[in-house]
Amino acid sequence: MPTDQYAPPAQPGRAAEDDDSGQGPRLLSGWGRTSPTVAQVLRPRTRAEAAEAVATAGPRGLIARGLGRSYGDPAQNAGGRVLDLTGLNRILSVDLETGLVTAEGGVSLHALMRALVPFGYFVPVTPGTRYVTVGGAIGSDIHGKNHHADSSFTRHVTSMDLLLADGTVRTITPESDPELFWATAGGMGLTGVVVSATIRMVPIETSRLAVDTFKLPNLDALMEKLAGTDADYRYTVAWMDCLAKGPKLGRALLDCGNFATLDQLPAKHRAEPLAFSAKPITSAPDLFPSGLLNRRTIAIANEVWYRKTPATHHHLASIGGFFHPLDGIRDWNRVYGRAGFVQYQFVVPFTADVTFRRMVERISRVQAPSFVSVLKRFGPGSPGYLSFPAQGWTLALDFPTGTPGLDRLLDWLDEQVLSEGGRVYLAKDARMAAAHLPAMYPRLGDFREVRAKVDPHGVFVSDQSRRLAV
Amino acid sequence: MKDALGSAQSLLILGGTSDIALATARRMAAGKTTRIVLAARPSARLDAAARELRAHGAEVETVAFDADAVEEHEKALGAVFAAGDIDVVLLAFGVLGDQASDEQDPVAAAKVAQTNYVGAVSSGLVCANALKKQGHGSLVVLSSVAGERARRANFIYGSTKAGLDAFAQGLGDSLHGSGVHVMVVRPGFVESKMTAGMEKAPLSTTPDAVAEAIVAGLRRGAEIVWVPAALRYVLSGLRHLPRPVFRKVAQR
Ligand SMILES: Cc1cc2nc3c(=O)[nH]c(=O)nc-3n(C[C@H](O)[C@H](O)[C@H](O)COP(=O)(O)OP(=O)(O)OC[C@H]3O[C@@H](n4cnc5c(N)ncnc54)[C@H](O)[C@@H]3O)c2cc1C
Ligand SMILES: NC(=O)c1ccc[n+]([C@@H]2O[C@H](COP(=O)([O-])OP(=O)(O)OC[C@H]3O[C@@H](n4cnc5c(N)ncnc54)[C@H](OP(=O)(O)O)[C@@H]3O)[C@@H](O)[C@H]2O)c1
Repeated sequence: MPTDQYAPPAQPGRAAEDDDSGQGPRLLSGWGRTSPTVAQVLRPRTRAEAAEAVATAGPRGLIARGLGRSYGDPAQNAGGRVLDLTGLNRILSVDLETGLVTAEGGVSLHALMRALVPFGYFVPVTPGTRYVTVGGAIGSDIHGKNHHADSSFTRHVTSMDLLLADGTVRTITPESDPELFWATAGGMGLTGVVVSATIRMVPIETSRLAVDTFKLPNLDALMEKLAGTDADYRYTVAWMDCLAKGPKLGRALLDCGNFATLDQLPAKHRAEPLAFSAKPITSAPDLFPSGLLNRRTIAIANEVWYRKTPATHHHLASIGGFFHPLDGIRDWNRVYGRAGFVQYQFVVPFTADVTFRRMVERISRVQAPSFVSVLKRFGPGSPGYLSFPAQGWTLALDFPTGTPGLDRLLDWLDEQVLSEGGRVYLAKDARMAAAHLPAMYPRLGDFREVRAKVDPHGVFVSDQSRRLAV
Repeated sequence: MKDALGSAQSLLILGGTSDIALATARRMAAGKTTRIVLAARPSARLDAAARELRAHGAEVETVAFDADAVEEHEKALGAVFAAGDIDVVLLAFGVLGDQASDEQDPVAAAKVAQTNYVGAVSSGLVCANALKKQGHGSLVVLSSVAGERARRANFIYGSTKAGLDAFAQGLGDSLHGSGVHVMVVRPGFVESKMTAGMEKAPLSTTPDAVAEAIVAGLRRGAEIVWVPAALRYVLSGLRHLPRPVFRKVAQR
């Protein structure tokens, strides 16, 4: 075979793909491992080094990168600079009276939990993984299972130090600089670099959650139950089986929880009620063939998982077990193989339940194998100009990129979302059409105005901002 | 930027009036491609092609480009990249020549080589360097099965494609890890204006089928694409035939 002779030779200076340390030209992608591009990576250890990197950025600009847990291309910048913030990883001050903690932009939520859970404080909002940075949490204005109760991350940020395009640092609060603050909240790193932020943590009595799990046989039952549990539980989320069809369409397990009080703990845990330990159990090898996760294997896994869960049950869960089940497997994104996968998360208003149902039906009908499908109800959104959450139903799905007809399915979903005045989450987007952005984010104009003021020469750019003409 | 599913937003065609390239542009414009640059020798045909693609909803520019004028490549193509990122470059220009008469006219034969090989080396490098600076993008090179094993009937053209093919593969390897991807496309007989009036060869195909294979190849990040796909096996057989047998087979 003529092609066999041309297996590419091993390249000595080859850019590493997954190694998240070190500087220099590197091939970067998001957590979905799609659309890798090459950028000059700089990893400052001090604010001054970070400022220097911004001030000397070339014509292709610079973007901040945290732990690269966004799925698509917002934390990469082809041909330009990427500022790896993980070297700015110090917790600067903690006030145990008020729960206010000031941390550098590269501190992970994992580190905050490790440091503060033993003192009775939890992060105000956690995503489905602890391995995100404070900067990334602000850049995407992340939400958690408690959005209906506590809104999104930046609502709990009282102040941040933002490194601007001219290399200066400005301290901004929602009171002092409301426009710049709310442009930065959810602004995908495009207003500047968050070098540190002050966050109001939430007090907890124990590090365990009292969880009720409900097994719901179909979509109607699920939507009704979710609406009914919001008032009683701070944390709710449903894991939906997107391959179930017909009368089983939308069957799900609904997890509802609150942090346990001391008297809810069994005696053996009371001695150390605030213990926090969470280590990745195993690492998924990088050898999974691209087709390993497909419609059949996922359908089987869903069936087993649904069946083995009893109808309703109450149990105590750890922080990791309840909030971050996927963190139990390091690099789980590799199970999708080299071709990678895309996440798709949208929100539509509660009034759109007919459209919502039609979307779930279509996803089920085309048998698009989503491994993790998460349904939640959002409370009112934050003032962040490009912040994602808005009151309504939100569904997150992931699909291997090789899924036949995937682009048509996702384009169709975009249209349904648009027709209901909803939006797609930028932290997960990797393929949306640029033309949809203004309709999905009606405050884009305000965002652009602020950006034009603080970054007139367009220093902060990412692959995503180029792709979507943000 | 190319998206996670391999759709490109911008396309630059070198040889902007090629039937295969325009079929590809039409397909891409029907998807998410919104900026198309046609680099070609100015002609009424070029203007018509631009008009037609605009009707498909794309923003289309034309740029004067002659593959033979290698000294001009840097300037003409540099301006295209300076105006904005290019996600996909399609190197499509080429001439078939007239084997019988070119054998008697070495200067004419050298011109085939000048366009197909020399012009491609120069413009291919200009584009590759620009893509490398961007840190992303794909360079698609239209090679041909004719380059796989030279035939008596068209070895002048075939040898230029053999050179181009080798160049493109080496270039692809040199760009490994740079964020830039090179894809070599090897069509068989394509019913385009290049082959108008010629007798169809077995397994002949159409510009649209080549376009489809190009779009699919970009999506999966392929390095070599045969059109139709079966040619890969046919050629791997032909490649190992002893010379006397090949001479006989190739005559038919
Ligand atoms: C398993 C898993 C589960 C998830 N679950 C949820 C969820 O439940 N809810 C949710 O909201 N999200 C969720 N996410 C997405 C994730 O929370 C966000 O993508 C988050 O932004 C990732 O943080 P990061 O530090 O990895 O940032 P990156 O991915 O590196 O960057 C994300 C964005 O933030 C910007 N940014 C990063 N650091 C800074 C900084 N210091 N200053 C300014 N901008 C910066 C970047 O430029 C980029 O635009 C999940 C992701 C995974 C992998
Ligand atoms: N058709 C086939 O059977 C076949 C098979 C395998 C590979 N290919 C290759 O596929 C590519 C496209 O071919 P096609 O089938 O689409 O044929 P085509 O329509 O004839 O396209 C070739 C184009 O090359 C352009 N060209 C020739 N000389 C040029 C020069 N000096 N500078 C700039 N442009 C020049 C021509 O443009 P103008 O004359 O308008 O300037 C013409 O539009 C070619 O490289 C060809 O070798 C074709």
